Amino acid sequence: MGNWVVNHWFSVLFLATWLGLNVFLFVHAFLSYEKADKYYYTREILGSALAWARASARCLNFNSMLILLPVCRNLLSFLRGTCSFCRRTLRKQLDHNLTFHKLVAYMICLHTAIHIIAHLFNFEHYSRSRQATDGSLASILSTLSHQEKGEGSWLNPIQSPNMTVEYVTFTSIAGLTGVIITIALVLMVTSAMEFIRRSYFEVFWYTHHIFIIYFIGLGIHGTGGIVRGQTEESLNESHPHRCAESFKHWDDHDSHCKHPRFEGLPAESWKWILAPGVLYIFERILRFYRSQQKVVITKVVMHPSKVLELQMNKRGFSMEVGQYIFVNCPSISYLEWHPFTLTSAPEEDFFSIHIRAAGDWTENLIRAFERQQSQIPRIEVDGPFGTVSEDVFQYEVAVLVGAGIGVTPFASILKSIWYKFQRADHNLKTQTIYFYWICRETGAFAWFNDLLASLEREMEELGKVDFLNYRLFLTGWDSNIAGHAALNFDKATDILTGLKQKTSFGRPMWDNEFSTIANAHPRSVVGVFLCGPQTLAKSLSKRCHQYSSLDPRKVQFYFNKENF
Amino acid sequence: MGQIEWAMWANEQALASGLILIMGGIVATAGQFTKWYFGVYSIGAGVFVCLLEYPRGKRRKGSTMERCGQKYMTKVLKVFGPLTRNYYIRAFLHLGLSVPAGFLLATILGTACLAIASSIYLLAAVRGEQWIPIEPKPKERPQVGATIKHPPSNPPPRPPAEARKKPSEEEAAGAVGVSGGPQENPVPVIDEVV
Repeated sequence: MGNWVVNHWFSVLFLATWLGLNVFLFVHAFLSYEKADKYYYTREILGSALAWARASARCLNFNSMLILLPVCRNLLSFLRGTCSFCRRTLRKQLDHNLTFHKLVAYMICLHTAIHIIAHLFNFEHYSRSRQATDGSLASILSTLSHQEKGEGSWLNPIQSPNMTVEYVTFTSIAGLTGVIITIALVLMVTSAMEFIRRSYFEVFWYTHHIFIIYFIGLGIHGTGGIVRGQTEESLNESHPHRCAESFKHWDDHDSHCKHPRFEGLPAESWKWILAPGVLYIFERILRFYRSQQKVVITKVVMHPSKVLELQMNKRGFSMEVGQYIFVNCPSISYLEWHPFTLTSAPEEDFFSIHIRAAGDWTENLIRAFERQQSQIPRIEVDGPFGTVSEDVFQYEVAVLVGAGIGVTPFASILKSIWYKFQRADHNLKTQTIYFYWICRETGAFAWFNDLLASLEREMEELGKVDFLNYRLFLTGWDSNIAGHAALNFDKATDILTGLKQKTSFGRPMWDNEFSTIANAHPRSVVGVFLCGPQTLAKSLSKRCHQYSSLDPRKVQFYFNKENF
Repeated sequence: MGQIEWAMWANEQALASGLILIMGGIVATAGQFTKWYFGVYSIGAGVFVCLLEYPRGKRRKGSTMERCGQKYMTKVLKVFGPLTRNYYIRAFLHLGLSVPAGFLLATILGTACLAIASSIYLLAAVRGEQWIPIEPKPKERPQVGATIKHPPSNPPPRPPAEARKKPSEEEAAGAVGVSGGPQENPVPVIDEVV
């Protein structure tokens, strides 16, 4: 428990602040509409539903403002860069931007539901009081529009008893925009479900751009002035506390109280969403500008199992380890940008990505390069964007775990560590690395295999054999492979990979690994970096808490997960 | 966008629409709005749509994540055969179901969302997609009883002669109790008859 608090205190604080602000805004707006004299007559017809609708509207404005900020990745990268002197825990929060984006989205959905339900009741109450013939205050108020000609000092938007609520909804600005933006929200949410997003990324990517409709609609939504409150003048003249009871006598000439006059609430959504909207537009322009810079492809390598390596150059491009870029190929698709982790080290004079055939776009790309035409397809690149891996050199002991395709960022890290080591770079605090590579079969990662083999050779030459300790775990083994391995037990190199380190079968026993590392480095800060599935993240995170000593001077495990 | 299975998205959209229909229906019925009987219909239609859409179909390529507890509804849906498999039928069914809910403001959002789901299903049907149930994998039960009764008819497998010359650990571990062969026991082994 203590370790969890140490590792997560900032997240908890941030979320608590966000929730606190939501609650505050909700309660503040609720009380203001429930108690204010300005809305006395409005409440007469609508009851508490007015306050519920307005309070949820305030929260909707707040969250709509927040939701654009976590997806401004250039802005976030900039913040990360300027924060290089910041504490580790603060910078890690910027990596949880997508998690925050989703949380805010869920909050928007919740408040949308409250807002719509409250307004359904509001419309129903308006409709009933318009049709009421009992001469109650509510019905008098509803007929006000007939009294004042051309002034628009009405309260009830339903102008005649025959008008249905459906008609009013679709002929008022608020109603129509409300329906449109809610449909947009529903479409965005259903296409962003994890299953759809991971399996059919293009559906998610294109549909999610409906947010433009959402924001424009939200800005227009309040301009109709359908929420009415008594004017200042009218309040001074005939205050509801004095005049509400004598509503039957409003028509009399000698009455102190006159008919109350109403005005619509001005739109306030635009005030909330203008700044983030501008920031986001700026972000997109920046992305476009960066993508227009020329990318020169210096080398194309086709690896076994349909893996394409592209080595490229771009003016002004500088990267850190484990960062990723977005790649677009106009000849395949103008609008699609796909993320790829960089597999080259910053010390190299080019940057590279390894692309595996995993869907429509990637297969088309690989095919386009396989054709070996004289004119290779043009590539546009946006990035690089930062991830947690930049911290890897700050830890004395680094435990790197790559599962399946998650091994890719570690190519960059290992290469960079190698270069830094060669040049005796002072920034490299790392003394020992434990690298765990877990995959079903090594086919698609033969290129990574070669990297490990060359690193192994170089370490041997330098005589620093214990700097890099790596273990490969094959989870897709069968009795044939195991039997074959058992047979060749005595050979110096592993029969499957050709590496000195023998391949293990099955999954690593993390308890053993962690306790061995904790015993070998009793006073170090150990950084654990994972790029892999969520279940593994939970397992490693748990072990990190378990094996970290409560004494801050003894061994501490910090868990960092990279997500795509 | 060639590999996209629209039916998967249509399924999520329809499930969401079902929930929206149920919510709108409850609000209208509980609040006793005018024409609240449409609300009752909406709740019924919503529940039906949710049940129909809950079991996720199998993807053509790759593995499919099942929804929690969907195997019961999968069985029910399989009974109807082509009625549930064919997406044209689903598209028109959803379109039909959505129309009555359009007469009440509280449920009109459900109508719009279900109509959109219906059009995505139509697109899926035009592209030849079908609903395929996710079958539970047959569990391989270890046949405990069978092996005990019959003694092994073949001798235990031995590695080829060349490997046998090296005293490897596997052989040492497996050699206890096996008589003869190249193993030389450092301590005389006495068989105790039990």
